[in-house]
Amino acid sequence: MFKRRHNNMQTVPIIVDGIDIAAMEGESVAAAVLASSDEATRTTPVSGASRAPYCMMGVCFECLMEIDGIANRQACMVRVRPGMRITRQQGARMLRSDIE
Amino acid sequence: MPIKTAPRSDDKTFDVAVIGGGMIGPAVSLGLLERGLKVCILDEGDDVLRVARGNFGLVWFQGKGFGMPRYVEWTRRSATLYPDFAAELKEYTGVDIGHANPGGLELLLGDEEMAHRRHYLGQIYQQAGGNAYEVEFLDRKQIEDMMPGVTFGDEVTGASYSPLDGHVNPLFLLRAMHTRFQQMGGTYLPHHRVDGVTGNGSAYELKTAGGMVHAPKVVIAAGHGLRQLGPPLGLDVPIRPQRGHILVTERTRPLLPMPMSAFRQTHEGSIMLGVSAEEAGYDDRINTATVARIAERAGRIVPALRQLNIVRSWAALRVLTPDKCPVYQESASHPGIYAIASHSGVTLAAVNAKVASGWIAGDPAPVEFEAFGLERFDVQKTA
Repeated sequence: MFKRRHNNMQTVPIIVDGIDIAAMEGESVAAAVLASSDEATRTTPVSGASRAPYCMMGVCFECLMEIDGIANRQACMVRVRPGMRITRQQGARMLRSDIE
Repeated sequence: MPIKTAPRSDDKTFDVAVIGGGMIGPAVSLGLLERGLKVCILDEGDDVLRVARGNFGLVWFQGKGFGMPRYVEWTRRSATLYPDFAAELKEYTGVDIGHANPGGLELLLGDEEMAHRRHYLGQIYQQAGGNAYEVEFLDRKQIEDMMPGVTFGDEVTGASYSPLDGHVNPLFLLRAMHTRFQQMGGTYLPHHRVDGVTGNGSAYELKTAGGMVHAPKVVIAAGHGLRQLGPPLGLDVPIRPQRGHILVTERTRPLLPMPMSAFRQTHEGSIMLGVSAEEAGYDDRINTATVARIAERAGRIVPALRQLNIVRSWAALRVLTPDKCPVYQESASHPGIYAIASHSGVTLAAVNAKVASGWIAGDPAPVEFEAFGLERFDVQKTA
């Protein structure tokens, strides 16, 4: 499991797969999830293999998660906000028919 | 101390030297290898225009061949040969080119587009002289019934449909053809830019960046490179670059059961958006305004696509003849040298491998080729 180098920041409450997590202010969703668990964050749409954040800088797209109801978001590029709901993503994004 | 030189193993003599490693050269080469000929592909490096890496991936029938019924027939032949061609590539190389033939749609927005499309396809049908033309028009309700999972934009009035349309993954197609080529004993020579061809009707000598290559027959399938290579060899083919853009979205669950010309969903889930035509010379940089226009139209056709992020986009340069129809021409002044030029390298890959190759090997030309010669561009003769 990953450990934060600094633990003296303000905490931000987020919800990952229904579980309350204390993220640190200013960190990315990917960082917060990695610090809370060593489980995979998604499965690939092609082979179904497990994946987790890798590059942490917006390039590799391995960290795709559902954030506040929108799938395929790059968790490493989204900063945590209080009350954010994050879900590990299974396979490809589903388009919603209720919004355009 | 004198260094002994090993016997040179670079005797580059072949039955056929194919210039170009894109969609056309390897396809034709596969057919030549099947006939037991010794074939090389002369390619350049990755620092040149790589038109074959910019493809959209449609195997497309409807709308092709305006003014040239023979091109309609040639395209139909390729679409018909494709399932076996794809299966064969998969069997021998393990590469699944993702060929699917679910039929294809060209979605139309408004009555004016419907009328224009009807007129255009109707003319192709009439030019074919009453032969079957596998294209029909569907109204909005028919499209909705065909694809109950897709919600179409309010402006969609209908579509033209052909059961012959389909698609492939063009990069896997390219890889599969190259893999098969080497499996069958073909010699792939990258960094062999051809600077000139000399010789007579029975033996040609190709001066390349990688040394001399000898062959009695030469196929120029060099895309835009034909503009430089062709004229000294009696093959002044009037091709020009036409820029097209492609956009790729993030992957989504299966949404589009068939390609819709301007966009298609890949086997892996990405949606590719395309269809643009710009005269920009050899400039293959992206025009942001064009990218925006492509995305905007796709959103008008299937509004749910607006939810998707574009993750890649690029531009590539079609090899376009004045009538958009292909050229297959043997040189009159240099017999044994052939030029092939077409912007439909993906669609025609199967027929190039299975039929056009025979023409180069010495079979009588396919009947369609009466229309594919260079003389049609000669204003003096046709006037």
